[in-house]
Formats: sequence, structure tokens, C-alpha cells
Amino acid sequence: MDLIDILLSASFWTATIRIASPLIFATMGELICERAGVLNLGIEGIMVAGAFAGWMAVYSGTGLWTGVAIAMLVGMAFGLLHSLLTVPFGLSQHVVGLGLTLLATSLTYFSYRLALPQVTSPPKIEAFEVLPIPVLSDIPIIGPALFAQTPLTYLAFALVLAVSITLYRTPLGLALRAAGENPAAVAAQGLSVTALRMGAVIVGSGLMAVGGAFLTMSAFDSFFFEMVNGRGWICIALVVFGAWKPGKALMGAVLFAAFDALQIRIQQTPIGANIPYQVFLMMPYFLSIVALVAMSRRAEVPAALMVPFNKGER
Amino acid sequence: MGSKGNTHLRLEPISNPTLARTILPPLIALGSTVVIASLLAMIAGANPFSVLGLIVKGAFGSKFAALETLNRATPLIFTGLSVAVAFRAKLWNIGAEAQLYAGAVVTVILGTGALTLPSIALVPFIAACAMIAGAVVLLIPTILKTRFGVDEVVTTLLFNFIFLLFVSMLLEGPLKDPMGMGWPKSARLIPEARLPRILPGLRLHWGFALAILAAIAVWIIQKRTTLGYEMQAVGLNPEAARFAGIPVRAALIKTALLSGGLAALAGFSEVAGLKGSLTLDLSPGFGYTGIIVAMLALLNPLAVIAAALFVAGIFVGADSMSRAAGVPTYLADIMLATALLLMVLAILLTRFRIRRE
Repeated sequence: MDLIDILLSASFWTATIRIASPLIFATMGELICERAGVLNLGIEGIMVAGAFAGWMAVYSGTGLWTGVAIAMLVGMAFGLLHSLLTVPFGLSQHVVGLGLTLLATSLTYFSYRLALPQVTSPPKIEAFEVLPIPVLSDIPIIGPALFAQTPLTYLAFALVLAVSITLYRTPLGLALRAAGENPAAVAAQGLSVTALRMGAVIVGSGLMAVGGAFLTMSAFDSFFFEMVNGRGWICIALVVFGAWKPGKALMGAVLFAAFDALQIRIQQTPIGANIPYQVFLMMPYFLSIVALVAMSRRAEVPAALMVPFNKGER
Repeated sequence: MGSKGNTHLRLEPISNPTLARTILPPLIALGSTVVIASLLAMIAGANPFSVLGLIVKGAFGSKFAALETLNRATPLIFTGLSVAVAFRAKLWNIGAEAQLYAGAVVTVILGTGALTLPSIALVPFIAACAMIAGAVVLLIPTILKTRFGVDEVVTTLLFNFIFLLFVSMLLEGPLKDPMGMGWPKSARLIPEARLPRILPGLRLHWGFALAILAAIAVWIIQKRTTLGYEMQAVGLNPEAARFAGIPVRAALIKTALLSGGLAALAGFSEVAGLKGSLTLDLSPGFGYTGIIVAMLALLNPLAVIAAALFVAGIFVGADSMSRAAGVPTYLADIMLATALLLMVLAILLTRFRIRRE
């Protein structure tokens, strides 16, 4: 049976973890924003900007890690803009987020055209290489999947742990979650809801940009228009699917990536070849909707998500 | 109530705003947009003072340019109305792109010879069917919202990707033009299914007039009917609306039907009026741009016409400016995004005063 062969192949699981990595960064970024009470619909555009900024930096001669840092800084700058408009000014998070996605995307394409006016195919960079971890990567199937990846993938998994510990085991995390659940209580403790929320959006946006940079610096070695292709929106669905919890969101991202890796392989089987390829390409988006519906009843939405605090009329 | 210890901004409502308070912030927002665009043009190596002139000239400088702008504004009026209707009821329809293509697909299915009726009957019939298709496409996320509480922002966004792939599948399958030399393109509409030009020889079709009529119709619905009142009430405060005896769920569904239908008319008018057939690049994001149009119009249906002309002018003008000055056309999108963000801020500042405490 073809399906069993696919599921037992190391390359399938390696691809799954690779596909999941950018989603993990961006999902953690969105999760941090939403836990603090801010929906960040700038995610799609910020991923585009991060993908370009990191790749462009390396193409211009910086090291790979410097490129990642630059991508993150670019994301944080967009996060600062988003949070300024949505937190102290309390503007509609829907409108600002969508506007920011348009701004970040168009600024990126504008910069790309300025930097490389005459190219037909975008130049390549020396991307991150696979860094196998000795011994562990020799375990059958899961060894290569988990321990023969690029450094950014290891970072993605470490990030989930870091976000989890910060959210649930530190005073900062407690304050952050409270800002998204009961901001009045945070203010009563003498803490600034504004600072907490702005900080969360800025850091979260930085992580989204690193998710974008993974595409150009680790998964591929070049920048293409449309390369983010809705991944940001999928990450918003993953946050809901993960019930706003880092561990569950990670599982969601891996599950999602497994389906994505699977559809690519089924396309190449004799049965798959008879089905229009668009059906397979629809699956990730369709799956995200199904996940949203399935989790809708159980999800515990942060109580103050999308509710501005400290607006004058209170 | 504010937090202790920290200085931060507080917004204080202004009860009687002066004329300057009402007009200045939006003007400054538009002015800043122009300054930012000029700076970016300068970075791109063009003369910053000539770029705005080139855009205006490219959009309205000749009869040809002005007609091009009116043609470009037509689908934007429809998608802008679609978004304005939905957002007023706080139904976050980001899926006008999918609804537009639903209208276009129906137009092609019915208009390429499947039905042979005189033009006077065929065109309105196709338009009505297109509206139904668009309405159904938005109905799905709306029912997911009202029944299961699934956020419609994400579902309508995801539907855009699904529907575009679906159209691609149709264009490479059942809707593919057998005479199309292998291009993923539909057959051409029969002449009876086309929207004719308003004046012979003038490159402007009846879709534009239909868009204006649609804007007036939406305005009447919002100002003069119970449905308009219900949509407004649901958007302002769903809890209060429910308490006042308004069937919130039904009002949202009616809003969705109207909003989806309006967006579908954009697809109908582009295929039947302008292009004559369907390709995958029928819409360069008209559905998404409709959000900007609606926001710049402050969700007012009549102002949508002006906002669509403004946005279309920037796109058409930027194309022409790009050819003349060598600045990438993406400058148009940057200007619109900047205008949108600054405008929502400016509108806030017409109603609130910033206090530091």
C-alpha cells in the first residue's frame, strides 16, 4: 500500500518538520500577540517582509544569523507600527492589520524591484545547511526528521519551549496573559497594559518575520513574489486550533505540515495523478477551515482579545 | 481609569468638534501620504516633485486616461460596497475576491451559449445568477460564524485561496476554451450576454452605470429600510440589538447575501463589460482593494464611488508614472496602505483629543 510506504519513509517526516518550521515561528508570534489581547492580521505581510529582508541581507554580504536578526528587526518595526495604532490609539485591529499586510507586502515588492531591477529569476544565496546531530540523527525515521534539520528548525522547537515557560512560569507571562484576559486587573496591579500589549505585538511580529525568513534562508535559497502564499492566515487558524496554547499550537503546525507533505506525495502516485492538482493545493486551506470549525466550541478565546483598553470613553 | 505610575496616552472624546478639528486631520493624512510617496520616489531615483503630477496626469490627464480610470473604478465600486455593507454590520468579509470570481464563473457558464435569450433578458438574468453565486460563497463563512462561532476573517481569507484554485481547475477543465491554444482561458461570451458600451465609440460599459445604481440602492437600503436599520444596530452593538428584539442572526445572514452579491457583480461586470472572457488574472486583487475603498469612504455607500475613483486613479496614474519615471508601480499600493492607516488614525483624531497623564 502506497500510503503506508509514505508514512514510514524518513523523507516524509523530514519534509513534515521542514514545512512546519516557518509555521511554528509565525504561529508563536501570533499566539503571543493574541494572548496579550491583540489580533495581528499584519502577519501575512510581515512574513513577506521578513522573507525578503533576511534574504536580501545575506545576498548583500552579511552572515546568515545577521540576516535572521535583520529580518526580526524589520518585523519588530512593523510590529511597533501595528501596536502604536491598535494599543494606545485603540484603532480597529482588523483594519490596521490588513492595512499593515498591504503596506509590508507592497514595501517589500517595491524594495525588491529597486534592489534588483533587471533580473528575470531571483539570485540565490548560500542558505542554512542541514546540521545533523550526531547519534540522535541515526535513529530510524524520526532521527533524520528531528535531528537532521537546519539550525533554524532547532530554534523553532526551542522557541516553543521558551514561549511556554515564559507564558506559564514567569511573572512576565502571567502579566501578559492577564493583559489579554482582564486588563483592568493588570492596571490595578500598577502595571501598564499598554506596555505589555505593545511589547507582545513587537516581539510577536519579530517572530513572524523570522518565520518568513525561514522560507528564503532555509527551506529555499531565493525570494519569490507570492512565496508566503497565505501561510500567515493559516497560522492564525493554527493559533485557534491550538486553543492559544504553545504546545497544542506546535502539534497543530506539525499535523498540518504532515498533511501538506502527504498531499505532495499522493499527487505523485498513480491515483493522485488522475486528480486535478488544484484539489491538492486547496487541501491546506480547506484543512485550516475544518480545524477552525472542529475547535470552535472548545476553544478558550482570551477574554479581552480585540478589546482596546484605556479608551477615553471608559 | 488609568494605570498608576506610568505616563501614557488617554483619549478624550470631543463633544463639539470645530470645523478645523473635523477637516484638518484627514487633510494632513492625505498630505503625509503624498510626502511619503514622494520620498520613496526620490529613493527610486525620480524627481519627487514630479511624481504626484505624473500620477494625476496619468489618471485624469486625457480622455483615454480618464476612461481607463472609470473602467478601473467600476469593479472597485462593487467590492467597496460589498465591504462597506458587511463592515457596517461588523461582518468582516475579507473574501470579496472569492465572491467576485464566483460571479465571473457564473457569467461565463451562462453567457457562452448555454442560454440563448435576447440581450434584454439574458444580461439581467446572468447578473442575478452571479449575485446568487456570490451570496452563497459568503453565506458559508457567515453560517460558520453564526452557528459555530468561527471567526469569519480567517475563513473568508482562506476561501479566497480555495476559490482561486477552483477557478484555475475550471479553466483547465470544463470551462477551458477549446480554441484557446492551450491557455487557461474561458470561451468568449456571446454578444447577447455582453454589457454594451454606454456611448458608441467611448470605451466605457454599462457596468459603470450599474455600479453607480448599486451605490444608490445600498444607500437607500441603509437609510430607508428596516434591514438597513437592523444591520446598523447589529454592527453598533449585537447585545443591545438582540435586547431590542432584532433577529441578529437573520440580519447577519441578510447582510452576507447583500455583500456577497455586490462583490459578485464586480466579477460579472468585468467579464460581461470589459474582458468578454475569464482568465485567472481577471482581478488584480479588486476584492482586497475594496476594503481600502470602503474604509476611505467611511463605509458610506455614496462616498464609495468617490473613494473608488480616487483609488483607481492612483493605480492607473501609477502605471503611467512608472513608465515615465521608472518608479516601481508598487508605489501605488504603498500609497493606498499609507492612506488607509493614516486615515483611520485621522478620523479618530477628529473625534478624540489625546491627553497625557
